[in-house]
Amino acid sequence: MRSRLAWLLRRLAQAVPIVVGIAVFNFALLHLAPGDAADVLAGEAGGATPEYVQQLRRRFGLDQPLPVQLGRYLLNVARLDLGFSFRHSMPVSELIFSRLPATLLLMVSAIALAFGLGVLLGVTAARSVNRLADNLISVAALLVYATPIFWLGLMMILLFSVHLGWLPSGGMFTVGADFAGLARATDIARHLVLPAVALALFYTALYTRLMRASMLEVFNLEFVTTARAKGLGERAVAWRHVLRNALLPMVTMLGLQTGSLLGGSVLVETVFGWPGLGRLAFEAVLQRDHNLLLGILLLSSVLVVAVNVVVDMLYAVLDPRIEAAP
Amino acid sequence: MKDFLRRFARNRSAVAGLAVLALVVLMALAAPALYPGDPWDMVAEPFLPPASPGYPAGTDMMGRDIAAGLFHGARVSLLIGLVATGVALLIGVSVGAVAGYFGGLADNALMRLTELFQTIPAFLFAIVLVAIFRPSVATVVLAIGVVSWPPVARLTRGEFLSLRGRDFVQACVAIGMGDTRIIALHVLPNALAPIVVTGSLMVATAILTEAGLAFLGLSDPNVMSWGSIIGAGREVLRSAAWITALPGLAIMLTVLAINLVGEGLNDALNPRLRGR
Repeated sequence: MRSRLAWLLRRLAQAVPIVVGIAVFNFALLHLAPGDAADVLAGEAGGATPEYVQQLRRRFGLDQPLPVQLGRYLLNVARLDLGFSFRHSMPVSELIFSRLPATLLLMVSAIALAFGLGVLLGVTAARSVNRLADNLISVAALLVYATPIFWLGLMMILLFSVHLGWLPSGGMFTVGADFAGLARATDIARHLVLPAVALALFYTALYTRLMRASMLEVFNLEFVTTARAKGLGERAVAWRHVLRNALLPMVTMLGLQTGSLLGGSVLVETVFGWPGLGRLAFEAVLQRDHNLLLGILLLSSVLVVAVNVVVDMLYAVLDPRIEAAP
Repeated sequence: MKDFLRRFARNRSAVAGLAVLALVVLMALAAPALYPGDPWDMVAEPFLPPASPGYPAGTDMMGRDIAAGLFHGARVSLLIGLVATGVALLIGVSVGAVAGYFGGLADNALMRLTELFQTIPAFLFAIVLVAIFRPSVATVVLAIGVVSWPPVARLTRGEFLSLRGRDFVQACVAIGMGDTRIIALHVLPNALAPIVVTGSLMVATAILTEAGLAFLGLSDPNVMSWGSIIGAGREVLRSAAWITALPGLAIMLTVLAINLVGEGLNDALNPRLRGR
């Protein structure tokens, strides 16, 4: 138990330099951007005298040498102070945290769906390799893998909302309905279906292909022959023995995909008007709110680091041999 | 080479992918001849459905010819996909080669950098870069290149690490050959096969990224791309679905074709992995 705690602390310590590096990087981007906060504010006020802009710079500490500004920025980031969004008249971090739950709900639903379907389809394909089921699954995976995620979302709206009228085409709640309790949860779930499936399908294709390859690899190992030799049926061999060992690369992939999932949710949330972080990023682009945009990038990167720590822990649970390694 | 072609030609899906890809390249090349005007010009009445006389793909809400947009869009997608991949390969191979060949401190520092870039969510990073530096063909290409090099660097480093200790490289060192020459003339050519495969698949990803950026309005305002047609067409999705549907199909077919060709290259270049 103590060794596990020590391991976790060591793993967290490894993550610190990465987070600091990302923050420094964000600071550099903020300064490379044409125009600083004072220019933006002055523009906001509808033009200002050069003296006033100079005064603003002094007030924000923008006339200080760069290292001083960097130090101050890092201190602010450590206190989760990411500046102020003048477009929304709200602190950036507050704005981000108010939108985070919607994005997490979307991402977790999508990844759970993709993982489950991917395992199911991948195992099915591997068990009937080069036969009809395998070919159908592989072709479908190839097609979905090549489809732009936002276009898939739009086509799903066209089919399921416009033509069939089964599901709402956007938003997170029915406007003006004011449900409570279970009715509210059902309402959100109905709104969640299309965006979650649109986001999940690409990753389902990815996981299906990976699971199939991983299963085929493990099928060739000697312990599988042993399992067969002791009289286990093919179904038991595949689901109980091969699956467990073929899951490891899938877990690795899960960690690697967090960042890409965040990118995908920008597109999906924009298509479906889902009020999450991705839609906030899109609004920030439209409004040229660089401070907010960089805040989202920073916190998303930190989220990726956090998920990677969790995945490493999961890894140690799935394969106890790994924990021994530093 | 002959052996490679024979192996590639035996893979039917790869050959089909190559045929589709050739068609898209032809579309891109023929665009200025078939549709010499500006694809942004209003040429007919708006909302003509597909298969209208003279406008096989119909027109959009501004009366622009969608077929012209599709042909010119092919140019933009392929060009940005190829050049952005070139940028990513240039950065990735350089970083990976230096890290893998020299090892030690350089390796440590460069891999830290790679890890940093790999942690930042790629598509979000590309959005930020293009938004901050104003959308143009150049910023889109550079942004896609900057966010997609880390896997190339890791791959190249791995290849270089394993080749570095081989006898033929040690022989080059022993006869006093310079590091640059060894890297460029002896190690790199032997590491090229997996890099080519990764590069070919990256073109597909780059095209999808460009389409996503253009859909969000982050593309050169003077250039018509498939993603930007979809971005404009979604406003009239209910009444004129073809404006959204057709460019999406074009993206899907192109990306599918490139993926098939990439996998064909992989099988042909790594004959040991065949049959998987």
